[in-house]
Amino acid sequence: MIPAAFEYHRPSELSAVIALLSEHGDEARVVAGGHSLIPMMKLRMAALDHLIDLRDIAELRGIEVGATIRIGAMTTQHELLTHAGLAEAAPILAEAARQIADPQVRYLGTLGGNVANGDPGNDMPGLMQCLDARFTLTGPDGTREVAARDFYEAAYMTAREDDEILVAITFPRPGAGHAYEKQKRKIGDYATAAAAVQLEAADSKVSAASIAMTNLSDVPVWSAAAGAALVGSACGTPAVEAAVAAMLADIDPVEDSRGPVEFKKHVAATVLRRAIARAWSRV
Amino acid sequence: MADKIHLKMTVNGQPVETLAEPRELLIHVLRERLDITGPHIGCETTHCGACTVDLDGKSVKSCTVFAAQADGAEITTVEGIGSPDKLHVLQEMFREHHGLQCGFCTPGMITRAWRLLQENPTPSEEEIRFGMAGNLCRCTGYQNIVKAIMAAATEMNAAKEAAE
Amino acid sequence: MNDQTPPTREERTAALKGLGCARKRVEDARFTQGKGNYVDDVKLPAMLFGDFVRSPYGHARVKSIDASAALALPGVIAVLTAKDLEPLGLHWMPTLAGDKQMVLADGKVLFQGQEVAFVVAEDRYVAADAVELVEVEYEDLPVVTDPFKALEPNAPVLREDLQGQTEGAHGLRRHHNHIFLWEQGDKDGAEAAISEADVVAEERVYYHRTHPCPLETCGCVASMDKVNGKLTLWGTFQAPHVVRTVASLLSGIAEHNIRVISPDIGGGFGNKVGVYPGYVCSIVASIVTGRPVKWVEDRMDNLMTTAFARDYWMDGRIAATKDGKITGLSVHVTADHGAFDACADPTKFPAGFFHICTGSYDIPVAYVGVDGVYTNKAPGGVAYRCSFRVTEAAYLIERMIEILAQKLGMDAAELRAKNFIRKEQFPYHSALGWEYDSGDYHTAWDKALKAVDYDGLRAEQAERVVAFRRGETRKLLGIGLCHFTEIVGAGPVKNCDILGMGMFDSCEIRIHPTGSAIARLGTISQGQGHATTFAQILASETGIPADNITIEEGDTDTAPYGLGTYGSRSTPVAGAAAAMAARKIRAKAQMIAAYLLEVHEGDLEWDVDRFAVKGAPERFKTMTEIAYAAYHDAIPNIEPGLEAVSYYDPPNMTYPFGAYICVMEIDADTGEHEIRQFYALDDCGTRINPMVIEGQVHGGLTEAYAISMGQEIAYDEMGNVKTGTLMDFFLPTSWETPHYTTDFTETPSPHHPIGAKGVGESPNVGGVPAFSNAVHDAFRAFGLTQSHMPHDQWRIWKTAQDLGLHG
Repeated sequence: MIPAAFEYHRPSELSAVIALLSEHGDEARVVAGGHSLIPMMKLRMAALDHLIDLRDIAELRGIEVGATIRIGAMTTQHELLTHAGLAEAAPILAEAARQIADPQVRYLGTLGGNVANGDPGNDMPGLMQCLDARFTLTGPDGTREVAARDFYEAAYMTAREDDEILVAITFPRPGAGHAYEKQKRKIGDYATAAAAVQLEAADSKVSAASIAMTNLSDVPVWSAAAGAALVGSACGTPAVEAAVAAMLADIDPVEDSRGPVEFKKHVAATVLRRAIARAWSRV
Repeated sequence: MADKIHLKMTVNGQPVETLAEPRELLIHVLRERLDITGPHIGCETTHCGACTVDLDGKSVKSCTVFAAQADGAEITTVEGIGSPDKLHVLQEMFREHHGLQCGFCTPGMITRAWRLLQENPTPSEEEIRFGMAGNLCRCTGYQNIVKAIMAAATEMNAAKEAAE
Repeated sequence: MNDQTPPTREERTAALKGLGCARKRVEDARFTQGKGNYVDDVKLPAMLFGDFVRSPYGHARVKSIDASAALALPGVIAVLTAKDLEPLGLHWMPTLAGDKQMVLADGKVLFQGQEVAFVVAEDRYVAADAVELVEVEYEDLPVVTDPFKALEPNAPVLREDLQGQTEGAHGLRRHHNHIFLWEQGDKDGAEAAISEADVVAEERVYYHRTHPCPLETCGCVASMDKVNGKLTLWGTFQAPHVVRTVASLLSGIAEHNIRVISPDIGGGFGNKVGVYPGYVCSIVASIVTGRPVKWVEDRMDNLMTTAFARDYWMDGRIAATKDGKITGLSVHVTADHGAFDACADPTKFPAGFFHICTGSYDIPVAYVGVDGVYTNKAPGGVAYRCSFRVTEAAYLIERMIEILAQKLGMDAAELRAKNFIRKEQFPYHSALGWEYDSGDYHTAWDKALKAVDYDGLRAEQAERVVAFRRGETRKLLGIGLCHFTEIVGAGPVKNCDILGMGMFDSCEIRIHPTGSAIARLGTISQGQGHATTFAQILASETGIPADNITIEEGDTDTAPYGLGTYGSRSTPVAGAAAAMAARKIRAKAQMIAAYLLEVHEGDLEWDVDRFAVKGAPERFKTMTEIAYAAYHDAIPNIEPGLEAVSYYDPPNMTYPFGAYICVMEIDADTGEHEIRQFYALDDCGTRINPMVIEGQVHGGLTEAYAISMGQEIAYDEMGNVKTGTLMDFFLPTSWETPHYTTDFTETPSPHHPIGAKGVGESPNVGGVPAFSNAVHDAFRAFGLTQSHMPHDQWRIWKTAQDLGLHG
């Protein structure tokens, strides 16, 4: 498993990255943590002539916690796990990050890489849809924002243009009612099914609910209908089952070595029930 | 073939320089160009952790890092953790508790455990099992590895207390 | 020395660190410091690197190979194809099973990943680039990955080279994809027992295809020194001496001009027994280029091409009286051997020792028939951490016992106890022809049941079933039982050989003048700790402290010939050779001591580390003193020096056994499981090093856990391997791996010099049925009789689904 040759660039300014991307088009790729891209390069499934390393771009780093939370794209999963402010403001991030890959991968793997890569197996895209995050993209024509819920088009196909890079992720500070529930075969595996749930309550009833599912389609699935089914309920069985039914109508899993479609749907329903129950218990 | 680039790193406390193609993986540069053969190649897909080294204070799988990315970095491998004259307590405890058999995963295991204990000097068994889950072993079934790391933590804490 | 109180016998014994001592391992100093020397650490001046062009197809004709673009790449030295090997007669090679195998594709490819061309380049990066540039034109052929379909009349012909050959190495071939039918036992008698029985349990039990997957892949470095005419071959070889003989026979290089070295080996588990095309191509490439050539597989190569294990479809029928006395067993196996029959078994046993499948039970009559079949899958069929096909046998009988218990409505623990071979029946002659050397199954079984509070567990399980039916829980409780009998230590030369080499093993000991020693053996450690444990045997036998004994293995220029390490044979065979050689040392030492003490030899007795005069223990000579005298004194009628060698031909196999119990929680909705408890009692005879034994048990159980709960080599219908990386090929991490409790009884082997039986493979042999039976047992109350491994999440879920447990 040996990658093909390429030229290596390590610019220290964002503008230099954009310039390189503009110059080399689809022959160039940026690398953040590299834990999606490098394995693909080693299998020679990703071919590129120019590799642009983002590690020296200071503006891609940093976590800001306020009413809005802003996380630089180069923030690693390890940093998400160990950031005290984030643990208080949006504990669902650490709950999800903990279930991604293994310690070594989490030290290098970044939030930006995880969301921008477009791999349907990645956990953060679904979570970002759940949190209604916005992705800040910078390209030769400036900076724009795309909602996570609009970002994913198909497996590895996103709204990001080839000459743009993901700079940061922002989302409103979520409420306490959260859960990230993931079933996998072992440490290091992608989800058989995973559910991200955020609930808000008023008068002991759900006042707002957001539900997103991972690895159950070629894109993450934010199920508006599933969330809507919970609103106004106290997460009793009828409401939860309505949410589950709505979610099942929105996902489209395929068979792989984790199991057949019917199994994945069953697991999707189970993890969603568990996630709702846990999120409700935390509201 | 792309031109070779000039890399400078600090490996096990020693400054080193080498020429390498940009595509050369850190594990290959360490093993082939710098003759540091402690870290091993097991799976090449970031699962087994036999290639684990410490890079700027993080445990990383050096099969999935280009050496170019490590230019300027400070790297510690198992060779830098202890010395024949003064073994690190982890090395002693792995032997004491039979935490290794074929030895192929051991350099990665010890290097990872070394970082783990710096981040969490008093880990529970569960924290060790979770913190070591990026390193596969085919021989031991992990039970004695966990025991060895627990014992090392205890020894290190006792030594720290004695010094204070 | 002015010490007024000489050490007691106990102190002197302890100082030896001999048998029974939990001696710390001498290997660990280098391994913990990153100073092991594995094959990929071997680096020679001007060394080249070889890599394979491999078939993307499961079955295809190779129309053409164009290497011109690859050869034009700077740094590429050569590209070898079958055409280049043919003049040397090396485009095919013999397998260990009496078949032959393509080294490089000769006209067609028969499995995905098959070696098509060998690229030799300046380094592994250039080699990988060149592999991409070799253009191979293929023509698709129909693929068969199902051994039953392979035997259909109109199935595609896989082995065109064998067309018209109705006779193979193991008798008649009745179909173009048939390899052999191998039979043991009394077919008519077994049929009669079954037709007359009160109760017959019948089931098809599949033991799926998997792979040993040691953390270090296979590899070698071949270095042909054209000046001296010597070939040196470093490699991941579990049997270096056999590799030398094979290399000599294949290459025509005289055996004394070949030196094979197994350096440190990063785990083997059977993967490193076979002879692979990479070794042959590296040797040829080194001869052709005059430079050393390294070849090391990557993980995908390893999982896809070298040494699968299992893939046995076992149809069992077991007969019993209505009160549970077993009266007969009949088994037919459809064995998927892949594209070439490259199983690593002793020559006369094409199904290995599968006929140990009567297990721990006194079964009066039995029959086994095994049909070997070709398919478009990788060749191999190695004993993955077990003696030859013993894990398949243990799984079969331990499943059949459970199914029979269900049919009888009897507790499975009680059914086992009722049918165990009794202590007084040993040595026991089994219906399928083995002589079990020793055992005490009832004692072990009772100890195990008591240790886990078996009755309490059954009561809890019954409550759980009630709670589940009431909808109070979604978790089921399974109690997995297994009592296994292993057969290891192959084996007696009269019926065991590999490529004609009898399966003896050897040890050569030299005592140095100052009383320390070196011993060399024909085996090779892959993590078992031979350098530690063999020294312990020698310490107890010679009175020289284990710390003063160097153990060396794996260099054919220095070590005596031996058949290597696999099938738990090192302790039973080489360990015996060590004891026997040590006894020769002691015999000579006794003569020297008699001379030194001026007494008759018969007046001396051995006392831990010395010969003492009977009745006058203050008059003695220690082994250290004797060793010095052997080199210093002119002793009449005794040659100087103190050396011995033993080639040990074991009179029988050894039969380790054990009782394992697994308690497992299963989530009926997600198919997830949790191992709540795993108790493993092993009886491996005399225990050399309890620490090492426990480590072996932990490791073997973890491999068993992986195999039963998720690990497989799976193919799709096109012949594509679906599990080619560690993402899909299940190797559990520390997080998933359960905690184990170990225990033991000690029933020494009566024929082994120190009574040891071997332990490395028992936990895999016994572990797989225990884990699998736990899964089955969890669903027993709901009517499950058989669901095939691996019991990964979706298969467990499917079982629950099929039983109607999802509402």
